[in-house]
Amino acid sequence: MGKLEGKVALVTGAARGQGRSHALRLAEEGADIIAVDICAQVDTVAYPMSTRADLDETVAEVEKLDRRIVAHVADVRDEKALNAAVADGVAALGGVDIVLANAGIASIGVAEDGNEAAVFRTLIDINLTGVWNTVHAAAPTMIEQGRGGAIVLTSSTQGLTGRGGDGSGAMDGYCAAKHGVVGLMRTFAHWLAPHNIRVNSVHPTGVNTPMIVNPVVESFLAESADVGDALANLMDVPVIEARDVSNAIAWLVSDEGRYVTGTTLPVDAGFVVR
Amino acid sequence: MSGRVEGKVAFVTGAARNQGRSHAIRLAQEGADIIAVDICEPVPSIEMYPPATEEDLAQTAKLIEELDRRVVTTKVDVRDSAGLQAAVDAGVAELGRLDIVCANAGVFEIQPALELTDSAWREMIDINLTGVWNTCRAALPHLVAGGRGGSIVITSSTAGLKGTPNTVHYTAAKHGVVGIMRTIANEFASHSIRCNTVHPTGVNTVMIQNEKTWGLFEPDNAHPTRESAAPIFESTNALPVPWVEPIDISNAILFLASDEARYITGVTLPVDAGYTVK
Repeated sequence: MGKLEGKVALVTGAARGQGRSHALRLAEEGADIIAVDICAQVDTVAYPMSTRADLDETVAEVEKLDRRIVAHVADVRDEKALNAAVADGVAALGGVDIVLANAGIASIGVAEDGNEAAVFRTLIDINLTGVWNTVHAAAPTMIEQGRGGAIVLTSSTQGLTGRGGDGSGAMDGYCAAKHGVVGLMRTFAHWLAPHNIRVNSVHPTGVNTPMIVNPVVESFLAESADVGDALANLMDVPVIEARDVSNAIAWLVSDEGRYVTGTTLPVDAGFVVR
Repeated sequence: MSGRVEGKVAFVTGAARNQGRSHAIRLAQEGADIIAVDICEPVPSIEMYPPATEEDLAQTAKLIEELDRRVVTTKVDVRDSAGLQAAVDAGVAELGRLDIVCANAGVFEIQPALELTDSAWREMIDINLTGVWNTCRAALPHLVAGGRGGSIVITSSTAGLKGTPNTVHYTAAKHGVVGIMRTIANEFASHSIRCNTVHPTGVNTVMIQNEKTWGLFEPDNAHPTRESAAPIFESTNALPVPWVEPIDISNAILFLASDEARYITGVTLPVDAGYTVK
């Protein structure tokens, strides 16, 4: 029997990359999934973003594990759409036990149109406000059903350091948003502890997904040797796999982590301690 | 189904009872053989709870063997670096390898700072800080020689992250082991040897379940009990629990020791019901 048998998990950014990996890992442990993804391009993002076909693939893979999944296209910036997606998922699968606020974007380098403020603002809207929207979409029913729960917010090594900062809207926005997620985690941990709902953040280093492994990032790192060096890991591995982050999350949300709350857990090959 | 640390060997200090025994058993349940050591003797400045005994250590060994895992036990003090080295060497010789280290052995005593004697200070630092280093020092050559990497988990405390009154020697030592952890994480990363700390809040063992510790939480009660102190313990945690169980720390250590955490190193992991964030 899986560690998460009978639980329902909300996963944002579930179409591909880390989000898909998390959905599958939790489904392997017996959870049913409410999957949300924007499945559209965002103007300030240079790499191709997820598609409806990606989300459909996540659905197919979860169903292959003989778990149920309800998937919706919704932008985490749009709280009405997000609330509706969660409500529909809850109606189909039952109340949410687990929330993974995973959806996020990266921008890199200087904005092509010179609009650094737009890059910064979009990062804050999606990577920070989107996390706030996600938790508030699920928390009221979690409190009401009174059976506890676990929330994991995906921050980053950039939520714990400013290494590689270059003054761009891209770096500033990403770093500020990911630090902000830690603040949300801590305040949520206080808010929800009396209801036995735990809240933690994970802090991955670069993960082998389309957000990091793409021609835009590769050419940026090739042209900026200093930044590349600043973003190197302590352990001898250039990027980790999405599965590594999923394993940490699967542990945090299981009963093995039943008294772990309010913590920042790096999964970073020693990036932060370097 | 294969265990999460199948075929590995773990070295656990303070293994006679309580958290150390729980870690040894949890790792054995998931397939590890165990090198178990404990002082099995009293320490002069530790007065508020009784020491572990040789019978305790033998019981740990029996429980591991009942899981059909192998175990090598040695009665040794973590302050005795030569004795500790010999114990690890003997364990590795018999069990064939070393992969996991739980630097768990430690003591706890309550003492207002200005009443702390030189010898009590020294004893605490020697056991809880130098003893951790001795443990790592004895194990690291085997981890390096094995060429398969490894995972060291040092047991710190919430007192390794926050100041706590009436425990200056304990708090200093528990902060100190974070420095050991961070240095080892850096110095041995190229060998794929990971090093992390866990930071428990109060754990339901005799180390906190004693009249003096209850009294620390309930200073106005002349005869504090487990029951009367529990709400005060609970008020220090964010989650509505007074303390956690040894198995909760063991589950965190098992995760950190397993390949599920293959890229987690240099991390301070609280298992503290939200004590640190409160």
